Amino acid sequence: MTPSDYEYLRKLLKERSGLDLSADKQYLVESRLLPLARKSSLPGIPELVARMRSGAEALTAEVVEAMTTNETFFFRDKIPFDHLREAVLPALVQARAARRALRIWCAASSTGQEPYSIAMCLKEAGPLLSGWRTEIVATDLSQAVLEKSKAGIFSQFEVQRGLPIQLLVKYFTQNGELWQINAELRSMVQHRQLNLLQDFSHLGVFDIIFCRNVLIYFDQNTKANIFERLSRMMEPDGVLALGAAESVVGITNSFKPYPERRGLYRPNIAPVIRVGASTLVPQTLRAVAAAS
Amino acid sequence: MKTCLVVDDSSVIRKVARRILEGLDFQIAEAEDGEKALEACKRAMPDAVLLDWNMPVMDGYEFLGNLRRMPGGDVPKVVFCTTENDVAHIARALHAGANEYIMKPFDKDIVTAKFQEVGLI
Repeated sequence: MTPSDYEYLRKLLKERSGLDLSADKQYLVESRLLPLARKSSLPGIPELVARMRSGAEALTAEVVEAMTTNETFFFRDKIPFDHLREAVLPALVQARAARRALRIWCAASSTGQEPYSIAMCLKEAGPLLSGWRTEIVATDLSQAVLEKSKAGIFSQFEVQRGLPIQLLVKYFTQNGELWQINAELRSMVQHRQLNLLQDFSHLGVFDIIFCRNVLIYFDQNTKANIFERLSRMMEPDGVLALGAAESVVGITNSFKPYPERRGLYRPNIAPVIRVGASTLVPQTLRAVAAAS
Repeated sequence: MKTCLVVDDSSVIRKVARRILEGLDFQIAEAEDGEKALEACKRAMPDAVLLDWNMPVMDGYEFLGNLRRMPGGDVPKVVFCTTENDVAHIARALHAGANEYIMKPFDKDIVTAKFQEVGLI
């Protein structure tokens, strides 16, 4: 790959997906794009880039997908899901007792392991959420991974990474070496294609946002911008979960750490709900502001 | 250092499992069938057992039942590691007291994930 080809790919990926490749990531580009070049009957990456430069839009979209699709597995890092079960859900159930509804957004949901892990946590909460309306919105840049997620079908290898065997037996149906998550859990998750660089205010306000292991690929300004917009889509007592290697420290003041729960954050500013051209501040916050 | 007894009639599988588990800081003992595994447990109860199902002399399922009836036999975390990859076998294993279940083929990531799941790592 020539320096010029690499620079072309870096610029294109930054514009289309926010992916911020440093100068030493040529190996990553090669490992992700060589299979795609071969699939497209091209001998290598120079030819792939030449085809992209000539305006092959479908191929360019495939390149963006190949570069932004990341490894995921059920209950990744375990701790955020322990926090969800032990602290976040009990607190929100108490706070939303009148409304009896929870909205959860799983940003960059990839092939579905994370939203379905959340769905299993909700189901396992049992009586705590009995009769509640729970909504999990799973978004990703890649339509291909969303389609896989919607089907809810996973290989034997995938279901053995992070998924306790009891939950596999309880919530999945086996078909040879493939396992499909059951229809009830699939129906708990809504899938939508979404680019985090673009406006996402139409998704509405959430109680919990999982945005894990995606912002690490963005530059500081992009991260700060996304954090700020995320904070405006959260309830004042809402919770943001980040990946194990991620933090808001030094990037934004829009969030503050959730007490004694590493990797969790709360919004630090009054959330604003945008509806069309107008801007609404939730009634509860107006009351808080008036009282203070 | 935690101890793990690897029980499998295939020396190749025992060797692969040993390499993975030693990499996870386990001290390894090996047995080639359920009967020899029970003898090993009588001598020294391990922290974990990685257990094949189909073996000569005594299979993994029978071994597990015997182990759980032994004094102190409720202590080891037992992780099946077998080609018996259907729900019926998994359910039987869990009912008999298995803590986790690995469907062969396996790799280091799967063993690590399963051992983490049962609190061995």
